[in-house]
Amino acid sequence: MDSTELTTSESVSKKKGKTKNLKRKPKPDKAPVEKMDQAEVEVTDEKPVSGACFPPTFSMSDIKNKQRRHSMFLKIKEQKRKLKLELKKKKKKERKALGDKAPPKEVPKTIENQRIYDETTVSPEDEEVAFDEGTDEFAAYFNRLTNPKVLITTSDRPRGRTVRFCDHLATVIPHAHVYYRRGLALKRVIPQCVSRGFTYLIVINEDRKVPNGLVLCHLPDGPTAHFKLSSVRLRKEMKRKGKSPTEHVPEVILNNFSTRLGHSIGRLFAALFPHDPQFVGRQVATFHNQRDFIFFRFHRYIFKNEKRVGIQELGPRFTLKLRSLQKGTFDSKFGEYEWVHKRHEMDSCRRKFHL
Amino acid sequence: MAAKSQICSIWLGSETGILKGVSLSKKQAFNFCEMSCLSRDQEVCVMAWGDSHESEVLVGSVNGTVKTFSTDKGIFTATRECGDPSQGRFTGLSVTDSSLITCVESGLLKVWKEGCTDTVEVNVGNGICRMQQNPSQRHRVATGGKENPLKVWDLERPDKPIFTAKNVAHDWLDMRVPVWVKDIGFIPDSDKIVTCTGHHQVRVYDPSTSQRRPVMEAQFGEYPLTALSLPASQDTVVVGNTHGEIGILDLRKGLVRGCLKGLAGAVRGLQCHPSLPLVASCGLDRFLRVHSLEDRSLQHKVYLKSRLNCVLLSSRELESSSPDVSGDVEEVKAEEDEVWDTMETVTEKTKKRAAQTSETVVNGVDGKKKRKLVKTNVK
Repeated sequence: MDSTELTTSESVSKKKGKTKNLKRKPKPDKAPVEKMDQAEVEVTDEKPVSGACFPPTFSMSDIKNKQRRHSMFLKIKEQKRKLKLELKKKKKKERKALGDKAPPKEVPKTIENQRIYDETTVSPEDEEVAFDEGTDEFAAYFNRLTNPKVLITTSDRPRGRTVRFCDHLATVIPHAHVYYRRGLALKRVIPQCVSRGFTYLIVINEDRKVPNGLVLCHLPDGPTAHFKLSSVRLRKEMKRKGKSPTEHVPEVILNNFSTRLGHSIGRLFAALFPHDPQFVGRQVATFHNQRDFIFFRFHRYIFKNEKRVGIQELGPRFTLKLRSLQKGTFDSKFGEYEWVHKRHEMDSCRRKFHL
Repeated sequence: MAAKSQICSIWLGSETGILKGVSLSKKQAFNFCEMSCLSRDQEVCVMAWGDSHESEVLVGSVNGTVKTFSTDKGIFTATRECGDPSQGRFTGLSVTDSSLITCVESGLLKVWKEGCTDTVEVNVGNGICRMQQNPSQRHRVATGGKENPLKVWDLERPDKPIFTAKNVAHDWLDMRVPVWVKDIGFIPDSDKIVTCTGHHQVRVYDPSTSQRRPVMEAQFGEYPLTALSLPASQDTVVVGNTHGEIGILDLRKGLVRGCLKGLAGAVRGLQCHPSLPLVASCGLDRFLRVHSLEDRSLQHKVYLKSRLNCVLLSSRELESSSPDVSGDVEEVKAEEDEVWDTMETVTEKTKKRAAQTSETVVNGVDGKKKRKLVKTNVK
């Protein structure tokens, strides 16, 4: 037992000298170790001691008593936390002391800023892509030849939240009409939509009363995007929501659609809203792409003074994830897909993003 | 332009009407087109080699013109009107000795003799999806399309097809099986013809026998097949579908030998190298991909900015652009090896990790993978 006590005191002295070392091996803090804890001290000491009675490959999970193991675990966790806080405080102090000379703060590593470079990233001066986009299916909208007119429908026999979600979506998108599906096939709905001048068909799919899919079909000649729909929050379920939105045309914000595929998807969303937002309404619809998930938010803003802006969420809010982009109008059997999300092939790297 | 076009070994036609050349040895891609006068009605539908030396590329566009591109000079040398856009886009283009064969969607097959204006016209039926020429007997062509079965025509006697396929027997519900031939290939050294359909079947016909129904039928996937190509090695066929799946099928029993991975969108063009075990594919995802048929690995991947409609491989080696540059390529390889030698730090790290998990085998595989990934980054 003598030898073990010796080692503990050594480790304590070390702690006082260097706190950095400690970070790796958290050990009991108090120098005079209580008799109850002696066994534990031996346990935590990882140094191979000549007279130690534990095998060298000891870990905490080897303690067989569950209560003891648990208390031990909690203790170590608490110690780690304390150490971390101390270190943080110290660093802050150092930074303050250094003042302007302080080294720049390290940027945390995220999978987004470590993103693998995508060769399809669109540069604004690329002639060929500009031509391709200038003559694609949305060219008529962006040349201000057409005005959007949107039909919103659901899968057959919608229940509960899906119906309300459609209604909310219709308040967000101007010139949107919600129709009951009436068991009609989409391939028969599409020609009727085209003949009545609709430019978009939105179909919300529902599974067990929960909306879970969204098909966005640009008319008259495509493309069609299929999204997974998740985290739908209706207006009623939101805290601190604003008064219900007005009928003004909202502004649209599209964030982070950088690749060629992302551009196509961004244009698909942009063409959903009419030109010339009515700034009187002070409403903004945002499609924010982050890690291939597209977050939709609908806000009202107000300029409090020159610097500060207040925003108020109006709802609904939901998240989309692209499953496929198909050329032409909806035809899941014979249509040609421009992009299909293949989970096992494409999701092998977490730092690769497609939008 | 001439220097650029001479090193290119793969030619591609895009939906924006641009002819693209790719040199895999130099890892470069070029556009052979005036960027100022682009238009969608120049969209490339079909491409073919103009002569046996592969010095001319024939490009058929949507607006009914066939342009001749000289790979030596790097410019378009001739343009001729071969039909009007009202009859549909081109579905096939090929060359026999001194004459040009074109076929459009409405089923009008024309033979344009060199120098004279009158043409031989054959009506091969509506809804044509593909016209292919028999590479060994160059006056024979095969056509097929939607509700239009496979027909083989002898252009010296164009009044009647020499072979018309018969639809397969009714299915288990006693319903007629719809016909939709999407692509055709002639199996070399035999009379057999292989077709792929919009209902994901691959069928082999044998005109030399009296049987007009397919002698072999196989299925691949569940989406319409769009393109087909026959590799140099016998008994296999490579097919691609609208979901970006490419399969290698065995023609003896009709079993899937393997799939090629890495595609994101529909396959529009597929061509195997005439001698090497390589296959090039292009499609709506705007990438050209070259796969090896032996280990089915992705060899090259090039982003070409427009949706691609067709691909044309030259019969020389893809890696070396011309015989005198082959030394150069080896040098590049040596340089690459040096680069890999200097990257020891990475491998050490992975080794450490491997030591922790005591799985050295996996580590080796990982290292290889990284290497390949870097190699395939052409740009």
